[in-house]
Amino acid sequence: MISDLASFFATYEENWASWWPQLLPAIWVTIKLTAASFLLALAIGFLLALGKLSRNRLLRAFATGYVELARGIPALAILFILYFGLLPVGIVLDAFVAGFIGLGMSGGGYFAEVFRAGILAVHKGQREAAASVGMTPFTSFRWIILPQAMRVILPPMMNLFISLLKDTSLCSLITAPELMLRAKDLAMMSFLPMHLFVLAGALYFLLAWPMSLLARHFERRMRRGYRAG
Amino acid sequence: MAALLRVDDLYKDFAGLKVLKGVSMTLERGHKTAIIGPSGCGKSTLLRCINYMETPTAGHIHLDGELFGETQNGGKYQRMSEKQLARQRSQVGMVFQGFYLWPHLNARDNVAIAPMKVRGMEKRAAYELADAMLEKVHMSHKRDEFPERLSGGQQQRVAIARALAQQPKLMLFDEPTSALDPELVGEVLKVIQELAAEGISMVLVTHEVRFARQVADHVIFLGDGVVVEEGAPDQVIGAPKHERLRSFLKQILEH
Repeated sequence: MISDLASFFATYEENWASWWPQLLPAIWVTIKLTAASFLLALAIGFLLALGKLSRNRLLRAFATGYVELARGIPALAILFILYFGLLPVGIVLDAFVAGFIGLGMSGGGYFAEVFRAGILAVHKGQREAAASVGMTPFTSFRWIILPQAMRVILPPMMNLFISLLKDTSLCSLITAPELMLRAKDLAMMSFLPMHLFVLAGALYFLLAWPMSLLARHFERRMRRGYRAG
Repeated sequence: MAALLRVDDLYKDFAGLKVLKGVSMTLERGHKTAIIGPSGCGKSTLLRCINYMETPTAGHIHLDGELFGETQNGGKYQRMSEKQLARQRSQVGMVFQGFYLWPHLNARDNVAIAPMKVRGMEKRAAYELADAMLEKVHMSHKRDEFPERLSGGQQQRVAIARALAQQPKLMLFDEPTSALDPELVGEVLKVIQELAAEGISMVLVTHEVRFARQVADHVIFLGDGVVVEEGAPDQVIGAPKHERLRSFLKQILEH
């Protein structure tokens, strides 16, 4: 048993030199995919949240419809639509581009709800006090509402970020040269699927773990001088 | 010269519930009006209509001779834009029952942020102003504390400093001591009294009838959305004419 385990790890040592140069750039692609789709999801989610909270009925209906669709459609379906589905109409997207747009569009729906909940969690007296000192709705939102909403938003936002990081592995199915695709390629070439997929899992974990540590750090720091509710 | 504040025939409905049914009042510069009355009589609503926290259903407000919250075009009145309204609101300070200090800012920033973000004051000047206002409410020693570390009375005093930092023409107090523990009421009333003595114009909604009598030069008793009785404090509180006011005062003063 122990010797089995030892030989399992020995295999990594033997192959490390050939795997690593392939995996390292793939990790970098995964990081870039995560960052790009996160920023897009953030922007879409923020605008949708404003839409859902808007007094304009059309904006509200659009935002609500978007969120429902984004939550009901698998991210993979969106990726396939963007990457394969648009081919017949002559739109050829790079796998990376299709990947981050698809994940961003899908994630935006979830981010919208997080933003909306955060903004609504701020007591209406806070907004009234801001209005009473002569702040415009924009000034009030920027300096009074948003900073308070961020305390509520940040922890679930970090969770969504981690989900997004893991979901970038879906992009392997549209051939974005990211970590999961490289791991799969290497697994097939080396006939060592267990080794490669355990390694891939470990690498995703190593990327995600600092994020959840960071999330906890943010939570603590943001709570300083403040008690929610 | 026009009165500082003129409220003309104000009505306010909330989804069919008539809260104000034609209230008028005027306030001269430097004067203090106290509005008293049983809960649900519309006194807070009246105060909140003055700076358009609530939009009146009918009637008009003039501040310093200027139509407030609305623009007039020919004979037609229209609610003004949020931006214009914000500019007008900056002339009116408001103190809320629930304080509503901003929890992410310390006492000093709570007071300084409006001067910076509304009036575009430099940080250093805004802090100087904030420190002066905190001094006025005897809170200088707590200027670096965040609201959650302050008692209710201290929070309300900072909230008063925040409103004063607008250098408002008029201060509105909406039951400023109703959310406070009894032992903290005094420190807030003392600050309000000092401001009154300085000649700041104010409208004060309060349950503290004795205090209203001390500090105000005019008292309005509101009942069921209309002015039932008004006049000098000694007259309204000392020698009430209406039975409703008498029974209200009896109830309040027995406690």
